[in-house]
Amino acid sequence: MNQVQNFTKGFIKDNPVFVLLLGLCPTLAVTSTAINGLGMGLATTFVLVMSNIVVSLIKSQIPDKVRIPSFIVIIASFVTIVELTMQAYVPDLFESLGIFIPLIVVNCVVLGRAEAFASKNNLGSSIIDGLGMGLGFSFALTLLGAVRELFGSGSFFGMKFIPGDAILVFILSPGAFITLGYLIALLNRMKKA
Amino acid sequence: MAKKESSFVNMVITLFVVTGVAALALGGVYNLTKEPIAIAKRLKIEKAIGEVLPEFDSITEFKSMPEGGKDSLTFYQATKAGEPVGTAVRTYTDDGFSGRFWIMVGFVDGDVISGTSVLEHKETPGLGDKMSTAWADQFKGKNLNDFNLKVKKDGGDVDAITAATISSRAFCDATERAYDELKKQGGN
Repeated sequence: MNQVQNFTKGFIKDNPVFVLLLGLCPTLAVTSTAINGLGMGLATTFVLVMSNIVVSLIKSQIPDKVRIPSFIVIIASFVTIVELTMQAYVPDLFESLGIFIPLIVVNCVVLGRAEAFASKNNLGSSIIDGLGMGLGFSFALTLLGAVRELFGSGSFFGMKFIPGDAILVFILSPGAFITLGYLIALLNRMKKA
Repeated sequence: MAKKESSFVNMVITLFVVTGVAALALGGVYNLTKEPIAIAKRLKIEKAIGEVLPEFDSITEFKSMPEGGKDSLTFYQATKAGEPVGTAVRTYTDDGFSGRFWIMVGFVDGDVISGTSVLEHKETPGLGDKMSTAWADQFKGKNLNDFNLKVKKDGGDVDAITAATISSRAFCDATERAYDELKKQGGN
């Protein structure tokens, strides 16, 4: 697989949310607005890229039997760094994402890429893989958030253009499932055509 | 490079090094961000005080534990050029639709609400969370000596949010708690 494919596979072909259906817990919970989705996506991207880099660099030094605990410690450290930094510089976003920032640790996308890709490939490919997967995840979350915000609050990235209430169910939990279902269906339809 | 063998010594050393480096890195980041986090938190409180009180230039802060409450309230006594302008109270209720939420209520002249601001809450988006919109303006300027801090359904003077009576009741409860405690502390 060449590097371009390696990068773009995260967007459509192996999109973590729409195709692999990984990391659905933050996906469904935080995407009530496009900004939240984008913030969550970028935080996850940072963790993905950094943990891919470190795992790929030290992969030959880690004995097989302790590889999962080592990976988890590395991932958890980067998540904590993200958490502290967000708390300091973007407190409002940090508050609206709340518990889901620390929960990036257990996002299967991150450990999945460390285990399935970074521990078997060189540094360059691992960075590109992390970046592609992370941006694919951000793209999916932002799209989901934008659609839900549009129908649910009548606004786009915080700019309100429909006064008053919109279709409330879209920003509540059921709306997350409904929107995700339709987006997956749409993507499958597009891939077949 | 060949993979390291999973011998006992190798595993112990690896885990020790990985956790040690992680701990050092986190300690460093914590030290770097400690101050900005404290500043961000203080700014948020100061902004909320500014929303609920008239102009001021200095604040004295103290905490007080309400009777039968589960957490303490924080009082911010504001003065301007030495003259007291009012007190902002960081108060809470446990009766919200999704549990506890925190609001800031400002009082001037002892009994008059000068403003309210929602600090953190988990109320339903689109229903209960309307308490942080223009709905809360109805409290502004009300003298609590002749304003009954209950929703109309319970015989009070407060217009509840449509489809969010529980959140509205809880909002009144938090305000009431702040007012009672303020009276106990001896007025303004």
